[in-house]
Amino acid sequence: MSVQLRSQINEASGRAPARSATVPVKIAAENVNVYYGPKHALKAINLMIGEKQVTALIGPSGCGKSTFLRCLNRMNDTIGICRVEGLITLDRENIYDKSIDVVQLRARVGMVFQKPNPFPKSIFDNIVYGPRIHGLATTRDELDEIVQISLERAGLWSEVKDRLREPGTGLSGGQQQRLCIARAIAVSPEVILMDEPCSALDPIATAHIEELIDELRENYTIVIVTHNMQQAARVSQRTAFFHLGEMVEIGDTEEIFTNPRDERTQGYITGRYG
Amino acid sequence: MPLSFLFAVLLLLSIVGYQLGRNRAVATVDGKISRLHSVPSYYGFYVALWAGLPAFLITILWLVLQGSIVDALVMNSLPAAMTNVSAQELTLLRADVQNLAAGVGASRTPDPSMLNAAAYYLELRSIARWAMTGLAVVIALLALSAARTRIKPALRARNQVERTVNVFLILCSLVAIMTTIGIVMSLLFEALRFFGRVSLFDFLTGLQWSPQTAMRSDQTGAVGAFGAVPLFLGTMLIAVIAMLVAVPVGLMSAIYMSEYAPLRVRSTVKPLLEILAGIPTVVYGFFAALTMAPFIRDVGLALGLSVSSESALAAGLVMGIMIIPFVSSLADDVINAVPQSLRDGSYGLGATKSETIRQVILPAALPGVVGGVLLGFSRAIGETMIVVMAAGLSANLTINPLQAVTTVTVQIASLIKGDQEFDSPKTLSVFGLGLVLFFVTLCLNLVALRVVQKYREKYD
Repeated sequence: MSVQLRSQINEASGRAPARSATVPVKIAAENVNVYYGPKHALKAINLMIGEKQVTALIGPSGCGKSTFLRCLNRMNDTIGICRVEGLITLDRENIYDKSIDVVQLRARVGMVFQKPNPFPKSIFDNIVYGPRIHGLATTRDELDEIVQISLERAGLWSEVKDRLREPGTGLSGGQQQRLCIARAIAVSPEVILMDEPCSALDPIATAHIEELIDELRENYTIVIVTHNMQQAARVSQRTAFFHLGEMVEIGDTEEIFTNPRDERTQGYITGRYG
Repeated sequence: MPLSFLFAVLLLLSIVGYQLGRNRAVATVDGKISRLHSVPSYYGFYVALWAGLPAFLITILWLVLQGSIVDALVMNSLPAAMTNVSAQELTLLRADVQNLAAGVGASRTPDPSMLNAAAYYLELRSIARWAMTGLAVVIALLALSAARTRIKPALRARNQVERTVNVFLILCSLVAIMTTIGIVMSLLFEALRFFGRVSLFDFLTGLQWSPQTAMRSDQTGAVGAFGAVPLFLGTMLIAVIAMLVAVPVGLMSAIYMSEYAPLRVRSTVKPLLEILAGIPTVVYGFFAALTMAPFIRDVGLALGLSVSSESALAAGLVMGIMIIPFVSSLADDVINAVPQSLRDGSYGLGATKSETIRQVILPAALPGVVGGVLLGFSRAIGETMIVVMAAGLSANLTINPLQAVTTVTVQIASLIKGDQEFDSPKTLSVFGLGLVLFFVTLCLNLVALRVVQKYREKYD
């Protein structure tokens, strides 16, 4: 594919996203470059993420989709050799601006990781960890309410309501991951980033999480990185395809999977490489 | 012929055996090595082991038995009038004959029969030495050729060599275990002798410690008192002071090293900290006695406190410094073992670094840290050199850190140095103290290791 065509696609997706007419933009990335030391991991990414939508990032391993995800709540700050250039805005505010408090940012942009990582504390303490840190609740009643609402939203309440004092690490893998989602919800974020949230889970637990993602879409903007193309097709409204540090193509999920414009996208979704 | 020469010959035979065995194995299959059961070198080792091991074992056995057999023959050669005495005098007689033979003066003027016996002793020994050498070499040669003729392509040389190596490894590890058991046993039996004279109850609960006992029964005054409580209290006092220094400093520096320090700082400061662990405890000891103790006394004087020149505080502070690298490197290990995913989870929720450390990392690492602290504590209890130099000898029953106290290890060191008779309660009390010390540190170590192990299981 020619360079010209690719830049047209970037332009099309960056300046005038396909469905932006109906959905307001929550996060916008403009000309984002990321370097790990001398390695150029992300090259001139332009991407917009619509509010209260699920956006899936797909692509072969090492293509930079997780790196991009971690830019959105500045988790890459914890990696010493990582350098981010370009503009990323959340509600039109540059999140890499000096005036932005990264603690506040991460309260607004929550994250769920590849491997369930509950803290070695009780289920209750796992949920109230964030609210306590941010001072969202102080009384016992408020905390109880947050725990119940978060667990209900994460579809875990009925399973654990009688054992909130037991350690979160004692739950099954799927339950642990839903606990981590509940933990993220408890801070009332606006965006939830999910980095391959189902890759460590069995098919039934995966189905559970996918249902949950579909429900969460009502209240939250969700960005999900996945290796599983069926999953991207099932849960997302928009899909972006990454390849070798470039964003090749973004569009409505149906469009991407039925009628990809780029032959690399075509090759990936038909399983020729990846 | 010296023994080392014999062993050199056996080694040489083994090397020759290796070559012969290997060559023969290759020759039996006309160079088609794949038809052999094992790789050719195993046939070499097979013959080498046969050439060396049996002869070596026979030599060892001979050396063990030779002494008593030669002694018996020599004593039988002496006239019955001389040997018909008590067992103690018989031992003396045997020593005299051996001294005569070695050309050292004997305890009596030698009579002709003893001179004869000494000559006989020398003769027997040289015969025995030659016989042993000859026997060993003959056995080595026989075993070598027998093993060589047994080499066939189907011989399972590898299995046999591996089994021999296996046995050898088991023997080596047994040496360490048996030595430990032996030490514990000797400690136990001597301690029992002590507790035969001083009751266990008095020892563990008595408040007075003055181990100087009377030499003769008609002497007055010095009657020994073996109440070890002042020693235990002194040991605990110093160990607690040491931990009060080592735990906060060690833990904080471990947190800084693993969470805050940039890679450059970490890679220079960490080895520096570990230099502390390499300083001999004697050096810490005179630092405590010559620098720290006078300093504390001067400060105390300036503040109007009475500080003795050898104080528990000085010994404890320096001991604490000694244990810092121990605590910090163990704590560093467990903090690093807390999975990165937990940190990410906490940062992802908007927690700051210090919140993450206080609420996620430290609770998760706590069992490991506790294990490290317990190990450090058991080191503090067993530490000797610093307290010998800086803590003093007087067994004061006090918890005032400005006074001189003494510890279990100090008493052991001071009671046992120099020439001592090993049947007085004074000297035997060393074993009682040693047993208590051993028991306490053993329990601490067992608990600490269990805690650390439990912790490892949780994250591996």
